Amino acid sequence: MLYARLIASRLIKAVIVLFMIIIFNFFLIQMAPGDPAAILAGEAGATDAEFLRQLTERFGLDQPLHVQLWRYVSGVAMLDFGFSYRQQVPVLDLILARLPATLLLTGTAFVLSLVLGIVAGSLAAARVKKPSGSIIMALALVFYATPLFWVALMAVVLFSVYLDWLPAYGMYTVGAGLEGFAFALDVGKHLILPATTLALFFMAIYTRMTRASMLEAAQQDFVKTARAKGLKNSVIQRRHILRNALLPIITLAGLQAGQMVGGAILTETVFAWPGIGRLMFEALQQRDYNLLLGIFFFSAALVIVFNIITDLVYRLADPRIKEAS
Amino acid sequence: MRDTLLSIRHLSISLPQGADRDFAVEDVSYDLARGEIMCVVGESGSGKSMAANALMGLLPKGVRATAGEVVFDGQDLLQLTEKQHRALRGLRIGMIFQEPMTALNPLMRVGAQIGEVFEAHNRLTPSERQIRALELLTEVGIPQPEKAIRAYPFELSGGQRQRVMIAMALALEPELLIADEPTTALDVTTQAQILDLIGDLQRRHGMAVMFITHDFGVVAEIATRVCVMREGRIVELGEAREVLEHPQHDYTRALIEAIPSNAMPAAREADQTAPLLEVRHLQKVFRSRGGLFKPSREVHALDDVSFTMARGETVGIVGESGSGKSTLGRCVVRLERPDSGELLLDGVDLTSLKGESLRRERRRVQMIFQDPYASLNPRTRVGMAIAQGPIANGVDRQQALKEAGDLLDLVGLGAASAERFPHEFSGGQRQRIGIARALALNPELIVADEAVSALDVSIQAQILELLEDLKQKLSLSLLFITHDLRVAAQICDHIIVMQHGRIVEHGTAEAVFLSPQEAYTRELLEAIPGRAHVLATA
Repeated sequence: MLYARLIASRLIKAVIVLFMIIIFNFFLIQMAPGDPAAILAGEAGATDAEFLRQLTERFGLDQPLHVQLWRYVSGVAMLDFGFSYRQQVPVLDLILARLPATLLLTGTAFVLSLVLGIVAGSLAAARVKKPSGSIIMALALVFYATPLFWVALMAVVLFSVYLDWLPAYGMYTVGAGLEGFAFALDVGKHLILPATTLALFFMAIYTRMTRASMLEAAQQDFVKTARAKGLKNSVIQRRHILRNALLPIITLAGLQAGQMVGGAILTETVFAWPGIGRLMFEALQQRDYNLLLGIFFFSAALVIVFNIITDLVYRLADPRIKEAS
Repeated sequence: MRDTLLSIRHLSISLPQGADRDFAVEDVSYDLARGEIMCVVGESGSGKSMAANALMGLLPKGVRATAGEVVFDGQDLLQLTEKQHRALRGLRIGMIFQEPMTALNPLMRVGAQIGEVFEAHNRLTPSERQIRALELLTEVGIPQPEKAIRAYPFELSGGQRQRVMIAMALALEPELLIADEPTTALDVTTQAQILDLIGDLQRRHGMAVMFITHDFGVVAEIATRVCVMREGRIVELGEAREVLEHPQHDYTRALIEAIPSNAMPAAREADQTAPLLEVRHLQKVFRSRGGLFKPSREVHALDDVSFTMARGETVGIVGESGSGKSTLGRCVVRLERPDSGELLLDGVDLTSLKGESLRRERRRVQMIFQDPYASLNPRTRVGMAIAQGPIANGVDRQQALKEAGDLLDLVGLGAASAERFPHEFSGGQRQRIGIARALALNPELIVADEAVSALDVSIQAQILELLEDLKQKLSLSLLFITHDLRVAAQICDHIIVMQHGRIVEHGTAEAVFLSPQEAYTRELLEAIPGRAHVLATA
């Protein structure tokens, strides 16, 4: 009951926020330099004014701004994001075609970084002042500090070129015509390198945060109570210290999860992964406004969805904030 | 006849290098028999909890027992491996702590936390553990135990949480219960209940109890034997009655005398001139903001509060937590804005002031806070912290700093301390800084909110003396907010007793103490630990 109310109130707020984002994005794009009709015409090799006028008219670019805005907003309300100027395909189709690939990549990286980061952080906290703990923290620092694209390139050089264990690019083997389990396995193989590369950076952050947060939680009085009960150290670490230390991590994980649509451009480019990030990059270069706006919308919607999910998870993890707003 | 359970022999515990002394406790020896309550008494830093931590194997990092032995039922606990020690903790030795707020895991249900004790020692099945947990909660007198078992700690009051701690410590019927200042953080009536409960359980289960406290009132209430410690050494050791009535050592005598309740309030003469502060029908309601679908909640912190206060008078506001006493204090200094009612200072209504005029009048009413450390900016030098008020009121910077030095002299710290940072001072010294800060603006009225509650008794006595002295010298009026009736008795001319935001009783200190009119006041007075003893010896 409480959750139903909460979710309802959050959804109403989410719709309002999304509406404001749509309007804001629309004006942002309008302010960007470059005329899409001119670029299209230029690429088509046509320079005559009549063709340009036709293009402008077809995409409604000749209308006053408020008419363009109204058309766009009412379209979005019906899930119609317009046509891509460039590709002559509905924007929605383009995005939906690319979305699964990106979500697969970023979702895998998210789970990987969260699980490994928390495990590594807990180990480091339990081994504070021991060499093994210091090694974990040193590794985390290296992953944190190394540029993502460089790690990606080196991984390709090592695992694909030198060892030939894993494919270097793409999402599946082109032309192999695999189906069912064999296809999944093929995609899985292609996924390993980009997902791990993408995960490393956040894993490093989770590791450092888990460790710091656990060391702080270990100072709390209830840990002494737990010891006075005669509980085993491993149980105290897991049940009392780690559980309390996870609260700030949930906040951070929520932020990372919100980045899942747009946060993988670099990785997708290096590994030629057919995702949203590359679609966005191309749209930007080609002044494909409608497509860009569509991607912005999906990114924003995902951020909001994950904010709501984070909120709910936080409530499950910490009974104390059930009452607070 | 004595059946010795625990015998501490020549125990020394070393502190890490760089501490203010080499040993936390040095050459300490005492015995504890089955079925007796031994109070280990001392002020903060006396090392009174260290022996208990050593025998639990819970010494902080860097602190080690270097000599002596702790023999529990025939085995030396200092020689145990961590595994052997763990098997003993919770099973044969139980422990409860000072802060019931933080001593329970905030994310686990009460039932699960009690169940853990059985789990740690591989007793019972999970469902049997919950049945036992319910029995234990019933035994320690929690209201609605079947609800409490499913509650999270934040849903319980301080006293209830302490009962949960006790239930946990008693789960496996230990032979020894260590209670480390278990009532210090509680209200006086709750404290009396918890002391009763511990005494009662001790008799029923025949446990030995090591009760660590700084309060001789508590000793008089509960102890069979007393061990007084100072700077890591035992000062006095003996039967409780003997020590209380015929203290041998000067330090013990000083501690007993420092309990404010030993001085019943003397009749005082207040000059009945025009009132300095008039409070009329003050109302303050706190509302928790409701959400889109959520009803808001209301708490009446102040409900039609009226009183007057003469110049040069000390008025004590006494009440338990949640009585609205602190809200009243915050309204008087206008940190909080009352919903309605008037606050007349010399005829000027403080509630109606805003902006610049409020800022000018603020000078006249200053506040001393409970926690002297939290109320000082850790990165501001003490002299500057004091001078900031006058500077904000237009005093020249050099002049203000010079006066800050004078004020530090006045409160007994010396002008040279102006260059130091708050962390370089002890708790009592910090409270002196807090007082100097409040005085810097030449106020007419000082509101002291639990100003001595966080201090050791001997320090408490010094600060109260300083306040009394300054009050005379500077002809100040003092609004003294406290939960501790003994302190109020010592310093106040008039006492106002508050409960649930209302004034329950208002009268001269003498009248309130010697002939309380209201049932609630009597309840509060009876709950003062050691009162029976004081009255008997008075």
